[in-house]
Amino acid sequence: MVNKRLIINEKWCKGCGICVAFCPKQVLVLKKGKVTKANPDACIKCGQCEQRCPDYAIYLEKVEEGAN
Amino acid sequence: MASELINNTMRLRNLPHIWCPGCGNGILMRDVAQAITNLGLDRDKVVIVSGIGCSSRAAGYMNYNTLHTTHGRAIAFATGIKMAKPELTVIVITGDGDSSAIGGNHLIHAARRNIDLTVVVFNNNIYGMTGGQFSPTTPTGSFATTAPYGSIDRTFDLPTLAMGAGATYAARGSAYHVPQTTKLIQDGIAHKGFALIDCMAVCPTYYGRKNKKGDAVKMMTWQKENVVLKAKADTMTPEELEGKAVIGCFRNEPEVPEYTAEYTKLIERLKKA
Repeated sequence: MVNKRLIINEKWCKGCGICVAFCPKQVLVLKKGKVTKANPDACIKCGQCEQRCPDYAIYLEKVEEGAN
Repeated sequence: MASELINNTMRLRNLPHIWCPGCGNGILMRDVAQAITNLGLDRDKVVIVSGIGCSSRAAGYMNYNTLHTTHGRAIAFATGIKMAKPELTVIVITGDGDSSAIGGNHLIHAARRNIDLTVVVFNNNIYGMTGGQFSPTTPTGSFATTAPYGSIDRTFDLPTLAMGAGATYAARGSAYHVPQTTKLIQDGIAHKGFALIDCMAVCPTYYGRKNKKGDAVKMMTWQKENVVLKAKADTMTPEELEGKAVIGCFRNEPEVPEYTAEYTKLIERLKKA
């Protein structure tokens, strides 16, 4: 099974809050205008944030088995 | 630092893009990139053509053969490319003003000819780049810089306009509905003939602010709650559909002769004559 890791590119985040609003598990919050993971353990790696981030600042990255 | 999709389809040196926080254009541009990727098209055989406006900045970000043209003329340039090299996949990224006001004639005649172009409209219902003037898709009664008392204009429904002009593929998607909109764009690209996909964007900066629609999250939530898929809409009454927006494919007629194919046939016929 391929594992996935949630990555945030703070430099590209404009703080619109779309990912925060549509995350089904309330994993994300805005802090000082940038998205951060407030509750990373709740993330189900569904990718809803990545799909709707207008700035490509949050995404799931595949990681090799055993690396995460 | 970006996802595999963005690394493979965008010019990273030009990112982050200039669009406002929460602008729907970024989501829709990703949908286009995803659709091209899903189809497994060779990057060198894809051309992205854009006109002028917020939407049309997309040609600068996408890592394909790209052409950023003059206002309203994207479809005219795209027609030239397709006529010269019919083997290329030509995708036009345009806005509501670019495609249906300034470029309205190019739109209807490309649709009439059924030339194999895919026109993806990032429809934000306003002229964003120039300061919030109303466009042909600004809903009647909405406010804009040039409609301080509310617009009295009736609107264009772009898929209906395209179908009336002869388009053989017409669809509507929305920024919120990512997988559905990606699929509609993908089917439009795969379609051999003129395809238009009207994509509901969100413009929190101008349309949203002028009309008290709230921020990007509120505007996206409106789409989540009020956009109806066509299959469902077909079972609903006009009263139930009041105030809703319908997304889906409204026409897909692959059997109609395509313009560049007909032109090639004409050349072959005249060679023999």
